[in-house]
Amino acid sequence: MGRPRMNAAQGAGPSRYAAAQRLREALFRNATLTAALIVLALLGGVTVSLLVGAWPAFSHFKLAFLTREIWNPVTDEYGALAPVYGTLVTSVLALLLAIPVSFGIAIFLTELAPVWLKRPVGVAVELLAAVPSIIYGIWGLFVLAPILQQYVQPWLIEWLGPLPLVGRLFQGPPYGIGVLTSGFVLAIMIIPFISAVMRDVFETVPDVLKESGYGLGATTWEVIWQVIVPHSRTGMIGGVMLGLGRALGETMAVTFVIGNAHRIGSSLLAPGTTISASIANEFAEAVGDLYTSSLIALGALLFLITFSVIAAARFMLLRMDRRAMSAV
Amino acid sequence: MTRRTVRRLVNYLALGLSGVATAVGLFFLFAILWTLLRNGLAGMSFSLFTEMTPPPGSSGGLLNAIYGSVVMTLVGILIGGPIGMLAGTYLAEYGRASRLSAVIRFVNDVLLSAPSIIIGLFVYELLVIRMGHFSAIAGAVALAIIAMPVTVRTTEDMLNLVPQGMKDASTAMGAYPWRTITSVIYPAARSGIVTGLLLAVARISGETAPLLFTALNNQFWSTKLTAPMANLPVVIYQFALSPYPNWQKLAWSGALLITLSILVLSITARVVVSSLQGGRR
Repeated sequence: MGRPRMNAAQGAGPSRYAAAQRLREALFRNATLTAALIVLALLGGVTVSLLVGAWPAFSHFKLAFLTREIWNPVTDEYGALAPVYGTLVTSVLALLLAIPVSFGIAIFLTELAPVWLKRPVGVAVELLAAVPSIIYGIWGLFVLAPILQQYVQPWLIEWLGPLPLVGRLFQGPPYGIGVLTSGFVLAIMIIPFISAVMRDVFETVPDVLKESGYGLGATTWEVIWQVIVPHSRTGMIGGVMLGLGRALGETMAVTFVIGNAHRIGSSLLAPGTTISASIANEFAEAVGDLYTSSLIALGALLFLITFSVIAAARFMLLRMDRRAMSAV
Repeated sequence: MTRRTVRRLVNYLALGLSGVATAVGLFFLFAILWTLLRNGLAGMSFSLFTEMTPPPGSSGGLLNAIYGSVVMTLVGILIGGPIGMLAGTYLAEYGRASRLSAVIRFVNDVLLSAPSIIIGLFVYELLVIRMGHFSAIAGAVALAIIAMPVTVRTTEDMLNLVPQGMKDASTAMGAYPWRTITSVIYPAARSGIVTGLLLAVARISGETAPLLFTALNNQFWSTKLTAPMANLPVVIYQFALSPYPNWQKLAWSGALLITLSILVLSITARVVVSSLQGGRR
């Protein structure tokens, strides 16, 4: 849609009607532009307000804020290491669990399912994404955590605990709630996001490529692994990063099951905390400027981390789109 | 075993595993729904919709929380929806190929996946500190900021679905772009845009994190937008983690209520979208 054509309006004569039309055009155009700029300003506003809110904490603790594990409201000393560690570890765990399952779902939906089954299954998986995170939280706390505590964690402790190196991750008492449980819940939450992107990416693979594979006598799996996957690698990574972005910032589900302990345990079975869980738990009750500011500083760190991840994901998906377009 | 048998076995194994993965995904959806139904139905009663949230140990309902959730979601979508639609219109029509649009699309994508608790912190700094206290309007603004990127995205997608020929026909008759947009493009994309709004409502009605320190909660009936207001997600959060059986029961009922409404909204939206796209393909 181009600019309003002044020439055409002038051709009709400088009537009052044309003037009114031009005025409305200008008003509407500027209204849409303003709305678009509001979206832009929001991101700026969020960034500035987080930085302003976090300034007292950053200027007081300096770089030590990032490297210290201590979190003590009584002595007013705060460090971000434990929540940052918890955020990263739970998210990585979630990815490790979610990637294979999402890949399987995407393969099933694009290559395997009969046509009548594709839609219902696809919608059902997408509905999993519509369930609010607080529901995952109470389900995780009251259903999943007891199951993990009774059946899964004792097994992990018995069989993986004595192993060298990795064994340390699976030692200690089975609390039920903790880092591992949070990773598990997060995995269930991000499966629909990752599988949806992977499915879309797989569908952009040209049929000719797949057919050439089959024509050479490849099995379905060989076509998937040697034709579809290499062709859609960038897009798949983009989808995984989007899922990672979700997992990093997820709040309520994690708050229920992480146990909220400001420490770095060597075991995945121990309670921990994440950035978002710390903020959700403590912000409303935080007294004192430094305490509040430290929590906002945590928020600023989280924003920085998720922003980089999401930006990278979008960049990759964009590149994927461009390539798909130039291939057509 | 011949090489051929191995290849076939690997094939069946891999495809079988992808079926298992799908079953696992579906299993969790149904496990969650089943838990909600089992625990939530027990507390479903008439008083749920007529009585206020009770103090520990006595009976009550969720009326104030349901009312608060509905009000804040509506105000949120009334603020975020129109801005999102206009911004989406800019991206799809006026600024389709401009560099500004590319930047705004990227920023919108970032906002779309930004952690909702960050939005809560932002609104806390923006409104709660200035006003000096928690309020329903602060909660509604937080929800609006979350609804906006969703609407921008869906509006742009839906406007792009409108055939170029229709736009050209209108332009050829001498219509200004605003006339083409409001009289031709919007009506053609109406159900798609409404779907986007429904999805935005579904997204914000279950949001908890941004309400924790904006709207907070209120034990009593309150209709004032400038005062703290009860809402389902925060009530579920507080009641589920409490040690009182009657509060936990209410939390499950609230959870069932909110999940069912969101699922109904999302399924409706999907049905509309698929009937739209089905006609075009």
